[in-house]
Amino acid sequence: MARLRDLAPAIRSKNAGPFWVTFDVLFRDHATFEAVKASGALTKAVFARIYGIAKERVVLIWYEPARALKVSIPRTIAAGSPGDGDLYGCQWFAPLVDLEVPVAAGHQEP
Amino acid sequence: MAEYHVLAATGMLGTGYSHQSLERGLAMNPRFIGVDSGSTDPGPWSLGSGSLHMSPEAYRRDLRPLLREGVKRKVPVIVGSAGGAGANAHVEQFEELVREVARADGLHFRLALIFAEQDRESLKAKLAAGKIRPLAPSEPLAEGALDRAAHVVGMMGPEPIQRAIEEGAQVVVAGRASDTSIFAALPLASGLDPGVVWHAAKILECGAAAVERRRATDCLFAILRDDHFVVFPLDPAMRCTPLSVAAHTLYENVSPYELVEPPGTLWTDRCRYEAVDERAVKVTGSRFVPAQRYTVKLEGAELVGHQTILLAGIRDPVLIGQLDRWLAEVAGRVEERVLDLYGPGLDRQSWSFTWRVYGRDAVLGPREPQRDRPGHEVGLLLEVTAPSQSLATAIMGAARHVALHHPVPPWESLVSNLAFPYSPPFIPRGAAYRFTLNHVVEPADPYEMFPMKLVDV
Repeated sequence: MARLRDLAPAIRSKNAGPFWVTFDVLFRDHATFEAVKASGALTKAVFARIYGIAKERVVLIWYEPARALKVSIPRTIAAGSPGDGDLYGCQWFAPLVDLEVPVAAGHQEP
Repeated sequence: MAEYHVLAATGMLGTGYSHQSLERGLAMNPRFIGVDSGSTDPGPWSLGSGSLHMSPEAYRRDLRPLLREGVKRKVPVIVGSAGGAGANAHVEQFEELVREVARADGLHFRLALIFAEQDRESLKAKLAAGKIRPLAPSEPLAEGALDRAAHVVGMMGPEPIQRAIEEGAQVVVAGRASDTSIFAALPLASGLDPGVVWHAAKILECGAAAVERRRATDCLFAILRDDHFVVFPLDPAMRCTPLSVAAHTLYENVSPYELVEPPGTLWTDRCRYEAVDERAVKVTGSRFVPAQRYTVKLEGAELVGHQTILLAGIRDPVLIGQLDRWLAEVAGRVEERVLDLYGPGLDRQSWSFTWRVYGRDAVLGPREPQRDRPGHEVGLLLEVTAPSQSLATAIMGAARHVALHHPVPPWESLVSNLAFPYSPPFIPRGAAYRFTLNHVVEPADPYEMFPMKLVDV
């Protein structure tokens, strides 16, 4: 078991326009990218649960050229509207940082 | 093989760049200098209020070397999404800034101003003709949203910018434009491959953001060729890597593969990113698919009300342990006080009182998994929204007094609950807006929504 922060040197979120938040998880190497993808630990259902939206609204793409997982979800409140707690959507990624993934922490590219 | 050189001054006009980087970039003979000045990222305030996103000093500081060098070397300077939101007020303020800079340096040139603000009635006509549709996850547009919007802009594509240059403009100040169109306009007009052009534009528009570890906002340079482009930063301490450029392709987009622009879609799914040397990256495989119908994205912001806020620290562990109930009681008491002060004539729907608890769940709200473990200290942010600033402040005055002394069982005697950092503790925050449009319109042609004015400065 490893925490996502130990497998990915970059975990970030940001608005993709005012109505969507997009998450990028950039894995440390291709082997880790493939291992996490194969593990089934990061799925639309997982993001739907963490962010409280319907699974059908989650966009999830494994982007090989940047060894990145990209996930996008529609915002319930548009960016900067009254009630929005994070104008840039930039801290939404926080619950992902310590997510447990069934991949060995010491997993290295051969 | 033809080479087309492009210099991006920085990722957002006003955030600065290194003058040495600019010099190095200019020495490489760019065909034009582009800079994006806008974004919806900072929220609806710039569009709703007509205010510039950054200070006039920051804009002047960034514009001055670009105008001076551009005019001197006869290299066009293209600024897109002027002032943040790119409505008419922003373009007009930018015209003034450009004239000030030109006067200071004795510059004379043809200036093109391209306006992006849309007229309500013409949009209603397009709506009635079925030419406006929503983007996910929004609903079809209602006329009321157009009536209530303070300002509506369309995001122009490359064509109005091309036209400005064809009309002899040396400096172009465009209202709201797609970030990439600022950089795609001239290379497309020169006949370069659209896939190469649009992808290079996507990387260029954020300036030095596409480097491995950006230590400062700065310029970016691209060399476009027939079937690829090469991109690199101008500060020797920064470098682009295949990973940094690939990662930037997915930044701030729902999909890393499909990037929709007014004339069509850039597909990056078959791209390869290769290091040319330690700091430069070559990108191949980008392709552009023209759309069946040209579409222009609309942005709009409406006034929600005026806000007064109050920030206070809470350190009492007994109060921190009962915050939800205490806050609900405070809210109830505030309702009573407001009714008492203003009577039933004040429409209850016209004002709101709400709060955020920093140190507990202010950022993630209901999605916070650790809200039952607040810190030993929390920051309470109270917020009143009302039709006028004076009413918002008056209601906050009542809320402040209620919250300051509301009982915290089992404490006895009069309690004072809030550690205010300021006198007065409330802060009139001004007008609050909200983005209300997430729609695209099909214009009759790429120019009809974007009138141009030419001025010889």
